[in-house]
Amino acid sequence: MSPIFFWLFSALMLGFGACVILNRNPVASALSLVVSFLGLAALFVGLDAYFIGVIQVLVYAGAVMVLFLFIIMLLDLRKERRRKIKPLVVLGGGAVVIAFVAQLGFILRNFPAGARTLEPLTGPFDDTKNIGFTLFSNYNLPFQAVGVLVLVATIGVVILSKRELK
Amino acid sequence: MLTLNDYLLVSGLLFALGFAGVLFRRNLIVIFMALEMMLNAANLSLVAFARFNLVDGLPNYNGQMLVFFIITVAAAEVAVGLAIIVALYRARQTVHVEDISTLKF
Repeated sequence: MSPIFFWLFSALMLGFGACVILNRNPVASALSLVVSFLGLAALFVGLDAYFIGVIQVLVYAGAVMVLFLFIIMLLDLRKERRRKIKPLVVLGGGAVVIAFVAQLGFILRNFPAGARTLEPLTGPFDDTKNIGFTLFSNYNLPFQAVGVLVLVATIGVVILSKRELK
Repeated sequence: MLTLNDYLLVSGLLFALGFAGVLFRRNLIVIFMALEMMLNAANLSLVAFARFNLVDGLPNYNGQMLVFFIITVAAAEVAVGLAIIVALYRARQTVHVEDISTLKF
């Protein structure tokens, strides 16, 4: 991917990611998150992970965010009213986040493997086919375990959504 | 030329944004969205590592498999988490974390 597109989509992703936590209206937050995920999917495609990029759009930007919007609609959430901000919380949280970013910069500067550049792919590149082979050969058992997990989650959601828990 | 560090930096910044959201926001649903952002930041660095670590001229598919499983588990997690939030809203009529203080010391 050309660096221009990389920085463009990164800025899109981070900018709308910031909108998610700055907006006081949950609906605006959710829609910003959709755009942020689309930027992330573009970054995946730029990394030659086409299949992951497509399921990012389908599962995250499609299914998960629609679920979020649906729940916001169901609960009928209004714009949050302003509450008193506790200075200690803001100070502590800000210190933790700034420490995290500083640590990140420090580690990345002393990470020799990080200077690697994108080399062109030379193998027989057929992304979905390769992923399918890996998934059904090396990762067959985890794949089936995830199937059971999704079944359990479905049953759990049905139980949790019942009006009367017995 | 793009380096691995560029991708790791962007992924780390996205993680920091999600982290800030969890720390600063008081609306449970927005906190949940920020959690999703953190998961996606991890996905981005995994895919970047997979792409920069070529095996026989192909990306290392083990990293992409992990991303696949993370996305699946995250989808299940969102379904269960939102069901819990709805149950909580039915019981307490609020999704504001400061109104839910039973566990507060």
